Amino acid sequence: MKINLRVWRQKNPEIDGKMVDYQLDDVSEDMSFLEMLDVLNESLSVSGEEPVAFDHDCREGICGSCGVVINGIAHGPEVTTTCQLHMRSFADGDTIDVEPWRSGSFPVVKDLVVDRSSFDRIIQAGGYVSAPTGTAPDAHATPVPKKDADHAFDAATCIGCGACVAACPNGSAMLFTAAKITHLGLLPQGQPERDSRVIGMVDQHDAEGFGGCTQIGECTAACPKGIPLHTISRLNKDLLGALARGEG
Amino acid sequence: MTQSSGLDEFFTEGAPVADTKAPVVDHISEMWDKRRFEAKLVNPANRRKLSVIIVGTGLAGASAAATLGEAGYHVTSFCYQDSPRRAHSIAAQGGINAAKNYRNDGDSIYRLFYDTVKGGDYRSRESNVYRLAQTSVEIIDQCVAQGVPFAREYGGLLDNRSFGGVQVSRTFYARGQTGQQLLIGAYQALERQIAAGAVKMHTRHEMLEVVVVDGKARGVVVRDLKTGEISTHLADAVVLASGGYGNVFYLSTNAMGCNVTATWRAHKKGAYFANPCYTQIHPTCIPVSGDYQSKLTLMSESLRNDGRIWVPKAHEDDRDPREIPEDERDYYLERIYPAFGNLVPRDIASRAAKNVCDERRGVGPGGLGVYLDFADAIERMGRATVEAKYGNLFDMYARITGENPYETPMRIYPAVHYTMGGLWVDYDLQSSIPGLFVTGEANFSDHGANRLGASALMQGLADGYFVLPNTINDYLAAGPFTKVDESDPAVLEARQQVEERIAKFLSIKGTRTVDSFHKELGHVMWDYCGMERSEEGLRKAISRIRELKKEFWEDVLVTGEGMELNQSLERAGRVADFLELGELMCIDALHRQESCGGHFRAESQTEEGEALRHDDEFAYVAAWEHGDSGPVLHKEDLVYNYVELKQRSYK
Repeated sequence: MKINLRVWRQKNPEIDGKMVDYQLDDVSEDMSFLEMLDVLNESLSVSGEEPVAFDHDCREGICGSCGVVINGIAHGPEVTTTCQLHMRSFADGDTIDVEPWRSGSFPVVKDLVVDRSSFDRIIQAGGYVSAPTGTAPDAHATPVPKKDADHAFDAATCIGCGACVAACPNGSAMLFTAAKITHLGLLPQGQPERDSRVIGMVDQHDAEGFGGCTQIGECTAACPKGIPLHTISRLNKDLLGALARGEG
Repeated sequence: MTQSSGLDEFFTEGAPVADTKAPVVDHISEMWDKRRFEAKLVNPANRRKLSVIIVGTGLAGASAAATLGEAGYHVTSFCYQDSPRRAHSIAAQGGINAAKNYRNDGDSIYRLFYDTVKGGDYRSRESNVYRLAQTSVEIIDQCVAQGVPFAREYGGLLDNRSFGGVQVSRTFYARGQTGQQLLIGAYQALERQIAAGAVKMHTRHEMLEVVVVDGKARGVVVRDLKTGEISTHLADAVVLASGGYGNVFYLSTNAMGCNVTATWRAHKKGAYFANPCYTQIHPTCIPVSGDYQSKLTLMSESLRNDGRIWVPKAHEDDRDPREIPEDERDYYLERIYPAFGNLVPRDIASRAAKNVCDERRGVGPGGLGVYLDFADAIERMGRATVEAKYGNLFDMYARITGENPYETPMRIYPAVHYTMGGLWVDYDLQSSIPGLFVTGEANFSDHGANRLGASALMQGLADGYFVLPNTINDYLAAGPFTKVDESDPAVLEARQQVEERIAKFLSIKGTRTVDSFHKELGHVMWDYCGMERSEEGLRKAISRIRELKKEFWEDVLVTGEGMELNQSLERAGRVADFLELGELMCIDALHRQESCGGHFRAESQTEEGEALRHDDEFAYVAAWEHGDSGPVLHKEDLVYNYVELKQRSYK
């Protein structure tokens, strides 16, 4: 099939970017979206032009490296990661806009590549259980109800791609933050640091310049792992409780 | 059959090499205790004066960085991804083995040790494997304490499942995302140490050279992938946890960025590369669909617990699989290997798939596929149970192929998945360069010629959480070593090598893209150094790779500039190293005139077509030294005092 692409090109953070048109004539519907970009890049390289820079690694939908806004939607028309989106989701002759994540807290590095190091700093602010190597009791010492373990797992499947931020009209990273609060907050191992974790992570979230959450729900609609919106309610509950206990 | 039969043109043989760190003990079970006791310690106050560089943030790197940071060392960590959480350990699906015997089904440390040595087709070191089995137990405890949400039963205790190559249930798992959950655990521990100031993290940095001063590894040269800036980092010791080299085949289940550069650069500075030809071809991957294909996707081996593998009995049978009656199907693994059935080890399952496809009984595009059928499982357990167990894998399959695996059998085909070979290390995980340690898939130590399922995660975490932090102290106790100056000739030379290579890539301005070279190398490797290898094929491969390497350095096209984010330049460096590695892999495969594990030599098979080892000649680790006039082979004899050498049988 024939595809018309309009791709955001930006040489570096200092230079203004713009949309550039490209045409591909021989796209297979079994190609992944990124393989389609590979084909574009091979043809650009051969003609001496610089290929389009984009982040990608595992191409299995789990590392969270890839992610672009496709026709205005984070990760495109299917609920999945960009690498798992296939060209069968588009029609012959379609025009496709490809842009980087849009958020002040994810500055563009080049073309479609953005800087998401703010996510790592949110985790640094408390997104862990302090369990130094070698200190652990036997794994069966503390049974965890299956229901809690399953719900913790559901939240823990977050891949840190940033689609929630790109989708949010406020540019909030609350779904990302709430996923970690929920994962660890549901497990007995996460209890001792529960209050300090939520306060620390939310403070860091705000310090990074992410917007506030107004429960619009675009984040969960765009999330390739289906992290539910009620994780944010859980975060709010934990935050209020922690503040009330004066843990701030 | 001796290795001097006409192979002199490819390599020379040097002095044997031996592991001198494993202590002499009455019984193997005492060895790790004794080593920990004998290893020199560094007191906490002195740790603050010592620095360690760690390259890579997968399970083996992140766990080591977090643990050494907790211990009080100054750690500097590098990864090429934009976050340490994205290292490719994240993609491991199935699980992690541990000899907990929670199932009361006869498991023990000794049995995990035995299974791993046997599964590795008697080409791994007993001492290292025994320690791995011992350590496995602690790993699960550690991960649970970090909040890793392993699968649990209704009583709240941990669930287990069985995996290929064994008859006990010792695999702990977190749905089909075990690697992700374990890595997030290690990543969070690492981020905690970053916040505490114990670890300095450099993301989007690629190691391009190791700095060796007075025979000791003292630092690395890295390129900032965002800006192109080259910088030198110096320390008292260097740890490479940079993963495997399966991407030498171009198509593999590895992430696109996985590469051999860190270990290959170290090899060229003196680190021996052991058993490079030992490659694991995983039996359950989604088949190739077209030339544009950039990577292969693994379907967890756990699918073989409930799925049944078959092909039509007839040649080139292109009927819809649902219309092929039972008696016209060949459940070939159940037929040939009744004791293990669909759960035979990976190497055997892969070669059996190749054999039926070679018989023109394969299915799907090009006849390169076999069915993995869940119809019986759905009938037996109900669709909901199958969905709960494998739902995410079925979804992934449906997304990639556009087919519904609940209704029509999946198609699978083997793909390169893991490399057992890697830098040679001793019992302390130290390479042949003093001060250079190697952990995880990047080393060669634990899996012999074939790795069992759910053992890679175990090894990565064993190395990083428990082994390295208890051995590196023996080396560091002699430090802090004399401070190395940035202007030291060895430092300047390493940096210059990196800068010259980059300038060279950019100056060639040829006509062929980096990817086109990589693809061609991949085809050569897959055809001649893949599931089946022969002398004739390997000789052909070596000469083709040499031509390709020459062509690469004359005609490669690298766009853009050095001082910017330049993905074409990044790939050029990786492919240049893959070209050299590919040649060594073929030489290693050529010299090993036996079949063992993942290395199947057409000339060495039993009458039934099974792998035939030659223990009298080849029970050794092939540790290759880089030489200016070709590789030099150093043999480390493998001595089996505990596990009796037997021809593997899964029948």
